Amino acid sequence: MSQAATTAGAAPAASVASTEQYNYAIVKKFAIAAVLWGVFGMGAGVWIASQLAWPFLNFDIAQITFGRFRPVHTTAVIFGFGGNALFATSYYVVQRTCHTRLWNDSLATFTFYGWNLALILGVISYMAGITQGREYAEFNWQIDLIILVTWVVYFLVFTMTLLRRNQPHIYVANWFFMSFILATALLHIFNNIEVPVGLFHPDSYPMFSGVQDAMRQWWYGHNAVGFFLTAAFLGMMYYFVPKQAGRPIYSYKLSIIHFWALIFLYMWVGAHHLHWTALPDWVSTLAATFSILLLLPSWGGMINGIMTLSGAWDKLRTDPIMLFLITALAFYGMSTFEGPMMSLKSVNALSHYTDWTVGHVHSGALGWVAMITFGSLYHLIPRLWNVNLFSLKLVYVHFFLATVGIVLYITAMWVAGIGQGLMLRAFDQYGNLAYTFTESVVFLHQPYVVRAIGGGLFLTGMVIMAFNIFMTVRSGIKAEARARREAIEAEARTA
Amino acid sequence: MMSFWEWIQDMGNSKTLALILFMSTFIGVVIYLFASPRRSRKFESYRYIPLDDEDSRREPTSRRDKTESDEQ
Repeated sequence: MSQAATTAGAAPAASVASTEQYNYAIVKKFAIAAVLWGVFGMGAGVWIASQLAWPFLNFDIAQITFGRFRPVHTTAVIFGFGGNALFATSYYVVQRTCHTRLWNDSLATFTFYGWNLALILGVISYMAGITQGREYAEFNWQIDLIILVTWVVYFLVFTMTLLRRNQPHIYVANWFFMSFILATALLHIFNNIEVPVGLFHPDSYPMFSGVQDAMRQWWYGHNAVGFFLTAAFLGMMYYFVPKQAGRPIYSYKLSIIHFWALIFLYMWVGAHHLHWTALPDWVSTLAATFSILLLLPSWGGMINGIMTLSGAWDKLRTDPIMLFLITALAFYGMSTFEGPMMSLKSVNALSHYTDWTVGHVHSGALGWVAMITFGSLYHLIPRLWNVNLFSLKLVYVHFFLATVGIVLYITAMWVAGIGQGLMLRAFDQYGNLAYTFTESVVFLHQPYVVRAIGGGLFLTGMVIMAFNIFMTVRSGIKAEARARREAIEAEARTA
Repeated sequence: MMSFWEWIQDMGNSKTLALILFMSTFIGVVIYLFASPRRSRKFESYRYIPLDDEDSRREPTSRRDKTESDEQ
């Protein structure tokens, strides 16, 4: 196993050329930001999970109570960790598959500062108790405007780069990235149509109310899952799985069917978050039907990714980065089976408003999104800094901590959710509720402890990754300085 | 023709219309992909785009995050 080699001083000429040909500076910024947000966001997650198991951890400090810290956690992991990783990988992939440099370095840099400024302001405002109260869209209207401008610039940079490509065909990963950019713009704009209370006032009134507003929110909420957390990370998958495996994707035609079927079906399913509410029954049925149909493209994509390793399964024994990527696809398959099942009205009657939903979200978020991101960053970062990864052993340690952590997390939430659902629906022989709400809370304590331990293991893995990345980048910077010094000395000798 | 427009404007028919439109588009995509063997081969050639760069050509001698499988 290769360890800690810092060979960048003898970097091949091709890699020097590629740093000039491509804008890697912006990719580096986003990649490092993703790791930092990952540590912070997952740390916040473990903290609030621990608060649910041991409520004294609130310490009676309003700013860190569950209600305020939960959106800090979701924002930091989805938009901080996931978002920065998507910016990094989309900018990297579009350059390499189009054989052209990113359009307009300054605007690309603007997207970095705009995006991260919005997130930092979001975190501060949530802790101060300022929120729109819309799940995954808690930013107040001023921050929404910063995000809007940043996103339009992102769209411009990505599209102009595609238009300047030197490769006739647009590779499928870029299709997924483009659908993610367009859909996120639509979702962000329509879910945030608000009337501000005043120019310097953080609050605003939503344009819609009642069931229309709920439908708008969950059209946004589920498509954030569909396009931000699925389509975009599939773009990542379609580039980094073949690259790491050193083999082309299993079927390109299947990837095209996967793309069109997935983007068409996702837009319809948001209403399954509102089963058994004031929603018209046909809307509920429509959402459930399309959710079931989604299983087909999801599994088509999963099979396409996993079968890329067909004939080279031995890589799973020797390559921990490949382990991350393929395990991510396995979790993608699992959570895209669980999701449609939970969207059935009868199953939803038991699962909704319980921790089963939380477990399902995390099997997708930790198992699919985070694992594919870890694999991609482990592939990407050594290439950006032109060095070997500091330690492959630590990648193995990270992988097993993450996997055990996820398994503990989701099994604890299955027990918690199904138990909770059954207790809340149980009646005695006289038709009275068999359990009080307090009894269901007491029942949840043990699964919550296990969940906090699982999350803690996952966080430990993330911290180990941050250390590994830090050491890798440091060796890259040192080697680059050494190479520059040697070049100057050689030049002085010849002069 | 008028009766056709009346049928389209009736919201009650929107589900049938959406089904016809989207199903035929999807079937169209599938036919487009699989009907012509030449086009099919062309699409499959795009699989190699991620591997067609200087980074891949340099492998495995200067690949920087070598794993055991690379070294074998």
